[in-house]
Amino acid sequence: MTDFQNVSLPGPTITPISQPFWDSLKQGAFTLQRCNICEGWIFYPRAHCPHCFSQSLRWEEASGRGRLKTWSIVHRPGNPAWQKLAPYAVGVVELEEGPSILTHILSDTHQFDYLQKVKVNMITTGDQPLPFFEVYS
Amino acid sequence: MSAAIVGIGELTPVRYSEGKTTLSLIAESVIAALNDAGLEKEDIDGLLVGPQVGETPQHVPATVSEYLGIEPVMSNTVDLGGATGPGMVWRAAAAIQMGMCDTVVCVLANKNEKGEVLKSPNRNPIREFDVPFGASGANTSYALLKRLHMEQYGSTQEDFAKIAYRARENAQLNPKAIFHGKPNSVEDILQSPMIADPLHLLEIVMPVAGGAAVIVTSEKKATAAKHKPVFLKGAGEKITHRAVSQAPDSLPFDYSIPRALKQAKVNIEDMDLLSLYDCYTSVVATQLESAGLCAPGKFGDFVRDHSFAPDGEYPLNTHGGQLGFGQADLAGGMSHVVEAVLQLRGEAEGRQIPHATNALVTGNGATLSETTALILGGTP
Ligand SMILES: [Zn+2]
Repeated sequence: MTDFQNVSLPGPTITPISQPFWDSLKQGAFTLQRCNICEGWIFYPRAHCPHCFSQSLRWEEASGRGRLKTWSIVHRPGNPAWQKLAPYAVGVVELEEGPSILTHILSDTHQFDYLQKVKVNMITTGDQPLPFFEVYS
Repeated sequence: MSAAIVGIGELTPVRYSEGKTTLSLIAESVIAALNDAGLEKEDIDGLLVGPQVGETPQHVPATVSEYLGIEPVMSNTVDLGGATGPGMVWRAAAAIQMGMCDTVVCVLANKNEKGEVLKSPNRNPIREFDVPFGASGANTSYALLKRLHMEQYGSTQEDFAKIAYRARENAQLNPKAIFHGKPNSVEDILQSPMIADPLHLLEIVMPVAGGAAVIVTSEKKATAAKHKPVFLKGAGEKITHRAVSQAPDSLPFDYSIPRALKQAKVNIEDMDLLSLYDCYTSVVATQLESAGLCAPGKFGDFVRDHSFAPDGEYPLNTHGGQLGFGQADLAGGMSHVVEAVLQLRGEAEGRQIPHATNALVTGNGATLSETTALILGGTP
């Protein structure tokens, strides 16, 4: 498996709105926002609910599971910091809760199936754990 | 609609623009368009520019106006990525119809320098939620969109490669195209390096330096114009998302193309030219489906069964498309407008479509997010 600890990668540019998401990852929890009015799940973090425009939201731990909707094996990364790790896989995961997230897909084979089941595998780069995903059965 | 394009000015793309600035390329493009229109700079009273001119990230209309030496009574920045060019055209027409101004210059240009150019850091959601996972830039996003199409519909690498092949075939008829004299075979495209699997290098536009401007005036003034006017007959626009992970199942071209046809009261089969934005092969694929030229997922059959050449069944991107012409950043989107004007004027020289009277022109920005469609016609 790739050693992410000893490479310098661009970390998240955290905002006051998103801070709880990144903080909860440090506690080992994959936590999303949820609307108190329509109960819709929200990703990425916002100050309002994009489903119903409510401004009453809470943070709730999510399953960390979803399905792989699409993926790419990146040979020439747009950001040069990633070049020494190429080729690697990124993908869009449709979370069980509904929202989709773009993420790194951990894999030795780079062979995937459409709508394959994936789950969070927290990987730390710098001092911030990131919700990477991997295939499970 | 009571507005028409009466002037065009397009710079010949070059790989690198030594000694130029974006502002200087803007001025060159505007002057060429004025000359083509037979107008003076005093005739321009409206200005539409792109979001970030190389030299200045803010106050772009004022910077460009001062640089050019004009004092427009209507100006704005249009920020629709690759849809900016066509998006400018209907906004110019709307401003004219509103009576804010008579003659608008719409201009986009890009310098392209050797070596790495520093870009300003930003803190938008993509920087926060895509970049830390290894996804940066358009190539990865369009690779993800292409993979999704392949998985949902069973479309093949060869289906996509044929779109770039056809574009560069048409580029052989356009001496200004960056791929003129350099045709690709389907095999060349499939053998080119994988940039972000499933996307090959030769399915991606080549960045170039260049620029393009068009001038829109009232229908009344257009009748006195030097060239045959080209009329805006319908427009459709829709913006949905920014990051590829947030793309809806129904992409915005599904709305903007049919809406433009409906406003112009025409059918897709009435189009003599399809001038479809093509930053990647898959972008043409999705538009053929959104336009109703084939069923969802069936673009491969359509590309296999029809010719896109000027004398073919469905002339498509007869200037070579951006895949064949080159992409001078946002000006690349304007090349689809310029080609439609040339074709509808009957001035497309070695690649003229016989009796061309209607054209569909599209633009696309971000990740199939910002879309504009125009119907242009040789008659009002
Ligand atoms: Zn809600």
